[in-house]
Amino acid sequence: MANTLFDKIWDAHIVQQVEDGPTQLYIDRLYCHEVTSPQAFAGMRARGLKCFRPDHIYCMPDHNTPTHDQDKPIEDPVSKTQVDTLAKNAEEFGLNHFGMMHPKNGIIHVVGPERGLTLPGMTIVCGDSHTSTHGAMGAVAFGIGTSEVEMVLASQCILQARPKTMRITIDGELGKGVTAKDMALYMMSKMTTSGATGYFVEYAGSAVRALTMEGRLTLCNLSIEMGARGGMVAPDETTFAYIKGREYAPKGEAWEKALAYWKTLKSDEDAVFDKEVRYDAADIQPMITYGTNPGMGMGITEQIPQSDGTASFEKSLNYMGFQAGESLLGKKIDYVFLGACTNGRIEDFRAFASIVKGHKKADNVIAWLVPGSWMVDAQIREEGLDKVLEEAGFAIRQPGCSACLAMNDDKIPAGKYSVSTSNRNFEGRQGPGARTLLASPLTAAAAAITGVITDPREFM
Amino acid sequence: MKQKFNIITSTCVPLPLENVDTDQIIPARFLKATTREEKFFGDNLFRDWRYRPDGSLNEEFVLNNPTFGGEILVAGKNFGSGSSREHAAWAIAGYGFRVVVSSFFADIHKNNELNNFVLPVVVSEAFLKELFDSIYANPKMQVEVNLPEQTITNKATGKSERFEINGYKKHCLMNGLDDIDFLVENKDKIEAWENASR
Repeated sequence: MANTLFDKIWDAHIVQQVEDGPTQLYIDRLYCHEVTSPQAFAGMRARGLKCFRPDHIYCMPDHNTPTHDQDKPIEDPVSKTQVDTLAKNAEEFGLNHFGMMHPKNGIIHVVGPERGLTLPGMTIVCGDSHTSTHGAMGAVAFGIGTSEVEMVLASQCILQARPKTMRITIDGELGKGVTAKDMALYMMSKMTTSGATGYFVEYAGSAVRALTMEGRLTLCNLSIEMGARGGMVAPDETTFAYIKGREYAPKGEAWEKALAYWKTLKSDEDAVFDKEVRYDAADIQPMITYGTNPGMGMGITEQIPQSDGTASFEKSLNYMGFQAGESLLGKKIDYVFLGACTNGRIEDFRAFASIVKGHKKADNVIAWLVPGSWMVDAQIREEGLDKVLEEAGFAIRQPGCSACLAMNDDKIPAGKYSVSTSNRNFEGRQGPGARTLLASPLTAAAAAITGVITDPREFM
Repeated sequence: MKQKFNIITSTCVPLPLENVDTDQIIPARFLKATTREEKFFGDNLFRDWRYRPDGSLNEEFVLNNPTFGGEILVAGKNFGSGSSREHAAWAIAGYGFRVVVSSFFADIHKNNELNNFVLPVVVSEAFLKELFDSIYANPKMQVEVNLPEQTITNKATGKSERFEINGYKKHCLMNGLDDIDFLVENKDKIEAWENASR
């Protein structure tokens, strides 16, 4: 029988099908961060359980970590307790732990792929909706709640209903200044934030194939913003070249064996998906959001659409301080955030630097540039991007989730506008009252040097 | 909290907004707790809609309106989108809701509710619209959610709809069992899978 890529990986991990119930699925990799794990460890302790397969589990703090002075104790005592609790739990339960200032620390969804911990064919979960990121490597990866984290700690399994499958095919070539981020924001604007709920998405088509690994990670990262359980891209030569030689990737004979298996990981030609969607890459332009969910996006040269008549739409524009029908080009902004599991990788810093090179940061803009990991930070310096950015008036901060959800000190003040490369523009996401406009690193860079919303193609 | 679930008859709290995301249900700054303090999370349910930036009560928000109350929250479509934070389900449970009714739930949040013995009930758009109308017409009207029969009934109109839940989860909710109880009893099957897949 013809199978989709998703079916192949899911089926290979079924421990049992519960009668009139969910699938018991084996999990190859559990990632834990400090926010969604403490109650799971407490539950384990209360039940007197040990971790079933501690070597399958990797822990690192990322949400609370400050983006400066990480060598000193965290100032916020509540954040410090949460970060310390993860370290203690990892030690007590015998788990791998990359603490703050550890050279392997960073945002869990940046670290997993870059260290070769995330591999094709794996099942991967984490108490974090952006676990969908790892699907870019050809894995079945999805976010879970804390009770489910506890299930995996206790049994290396999870009970889960089998999602439906959707293939989104994007053919054609992306235009100038159009990135993977714009592809995702474009799809969300068409499908809404619930358009893929209940589905696991496979991205296909020539425009997806042409993306670098970093681009695919960005694309899959944002799958959850369409409501999808996860997103994935079939592994190919781009994937294999990316993985080869990475720290935890298989080596020697094991590599050859793994590679032979990974090459079978693609949807059969006659595989049937529950839903098929197609887009043309040529229709996509640099995108920006105007509302308070990621589906409220538009091409940067377009106008905010007229109200759909719902209370939610009116509330959203009111919060943002925008009017239906207006263009956002030329609007003054206050903050720029480059980073997050969405756009905190080396390619994102290259893109940002390519725009600001030879220019100066606008005086009215506060810019936070936050690498996704220490490995990204090291590469920025190795490539001399730090010099380019510094000359343009930008400083690089230390790695973490930072202003994406403002659990550390990186909060956008109430009423201020932030052009952000992160993943969510929900009310208060970047700080109470903050107004977030999601965009690509190129668009964020253009806004950072002009101080207003700007089409990045003007600088290309 | 493990609470056996059977039939709940209650008045409802209406929240007719769409795409209510988990950042609104419980903002990120309240996720720093390391224990499952349902009261703390319940007190901060919809924090930034319940309180003004200066900390004063926002009387316009439904939770602060004494006209409405009960164990059933009725919300617009795509409830619980966004972050996987289970704290959102803890906040809903901690506030005292046992049921959330909507025409559409985000996947992760739906699981989180179920794992906390809060029942997500998916109804048709038409049923939901009529339910909002009934609640606003008479805030004292009651809704019956019958888990054994898998039905929800608008007592004002007498209209009833059947909702879906798989047999396994229904059994868990009605008997106060959780998935971890199930999984740890199945370790031999897990080891057998591991041996077979090597």
